[in-house]
Amino acid sequence: MASEELIPHLFRTEFTKITAVLCKLFGIEHIEAAEDIASETFLSALETWSYKGVPPNPVAWLYTVAKNKAKNLMARNQTFNKKIEPQLKRSLANSEEIEIDLSEKNITDSQLQMLFAICHPSIPAEAQIGLALRILCGFGIEEIANAFLTNKETINKRLYRAKEKLHQENVQIEFPSENEISKRLETVLTTLYLLFNEGYYSESEDAVLREDFCVEAMRLCYLLIENTATNQPNVNALLSLMCFHASRFEARKDTNGEPVLYEEQDENLWNTELINKGIYFLNKASTGNEVSKYHIEASIAYWHTIKADTKEKWESILQLYNRLLMIEYSPVVALNRTFALSKSKGKQAAIIEAEKLQLINNHFYYALLGELYKGIDDAKAKCNFEKAYAIAKTQTDKQTILKNINALQ
Amino acid sequence: MKEFVLIFRTSSTPAAPPTPEQAEQMMSGWMNWMGSIAAQNKMANSGSRLGIADSKVVKPGNVVTNGPFTEIKEFINGFIIVKADSVDEAVEFAKTCPMVTGGGGNVEVRPAVSPENNN
Repeated sequence: MASEELIPHLFRTEFTKITAVLCKLFGIEHIEAAEDIASETFLSALETWSYKGVPPNPVAWLYTVAKNKAKNLMARNQTFNKKIEPQLKRSLANSEEIEIDLSEKNITDSQLQMLFAICHPSIPAEAQIGLALRILCGFGIEEIANAFLTNKETINKRLYRAKEKLHQENVQIEFPSENEISKRLETVLTTLYLLFNEGYYSESEDAVLREDFCVEAMRLCYLLIENTATNQPNVNALLSLMCFHASRFEARKDTNGEPVLYEEQDENLWNTELINKGIYFLNKASTGNEVSKYHIEASIAYWHTIKADTKEKWESILQLYNRLLMIEYSPVVALNRTFALSKSKGKQAAIIEAEKLQLINNHFYYALLGELYKGIDDAKAKCNFEKAYAIAKTQTDKQTILKNINALQ
Repeated sequence: MKEFVLIFRTSSTPAAPPTPEQAEQMMSGWMNWMGSIAAQNKMANSGSRLGIADSKVVKPGNVVTNGPFTEIKEFINGFIIVKADSVDEAVEFAKTCPMVTGGGGNVEVRPAVSPENNN
């Protein structure tokens, strides 16, 4: 019999829809109940369908069972019922029946409202991602632990604490008000971006899982775009960015699962449809006055969809990195900017700038210096690569650096 | 880490207006200079350029004249704020500023005074 973790993965789409609607109905303090009902529904499905076969309308079957379980819970548990009654938006005037609305509109609305509730500034970013993965994307605890290279206990604790905090802060599952929405959107976008990166850069060996994370981040971002109030330029810019990155999924790893550097990637493996979507959303993002960091990153990613090494490309990328650094500094961006500088103005100029950065705890810093010194001072290049190797942590990184060291023997 | 304001001054005798290519080069030159500071995580505030149109000078007695020109014939073009441990470090940034290296202007370096060190 498949484990409880397998079911959410198999039925992920429907699980997330049911959970979102029930969470919205029960409120933040009863998220557990919502998750339990959804899980039990799928357990029933697995048990029943195993010997009776899959019903003609599986989705309807799931929804009916979920509704019944929810109603039973509310009927059985008077205290529970009394607590959620005030929260029901619908008037219960004459009816004892509580309608559980699993229409497409309510599903979408519930998911969006849950997204805002989960991406709440009062809980740490990794907790937001964990909750989003569990409740909004339907991943199992084990899968989440796998992706974060940690264990189930850690994830369970993280999610438990997050739910407690949301309860404490009395976070409501609703759309933020008009004057709050831009600010709250910032937190949501940061979390979606981190979620996407988790899938894109995760060291976990499960490639399918990693890609699923990216797909989920894009799906949730798209939900925001489909809703008028949240269809803002920076949201479109973020989706554009994710499309451009995702377009290189096939090309990033070779048949052995080893990473393939951008310069060596096979362009034919780049997904043209995703690139075109990226361009489409970048255009939609180019309205209004605000240039967010997502706009700049998407523009840089756009340039990377053109493999040819032209002056114009690298000069444009350099200028974009200049602007990005002034909006928000990060060591990675500083290093990338320096690399673009080397392509635009030559290695000597870049070496001078690179030496100023002094990012001495960062193995990418020494790897960059190694690259820059290659062909100019091979001894220095090797020395820098060796420093990089010494402080690099992951096997993948160490392997890549080792290749460079060996090439200089 | 202290903060220093770099004030850009240029002379008020403008040379011939730059061609589009020159303007683009100047722009990217400035952006590269500021990007370099930002890359070192030393940019506290990327400031603003200060416009010429729509400028006034207000003096005592409610006297309002068209600015930014004063008797000195030099005017402030813009500013940024950098992070540095000493004025000498801030001066090193200013030395490579396009205003100095080719703009025919100068850069004034002033410490941003905080309650901890006001002199």
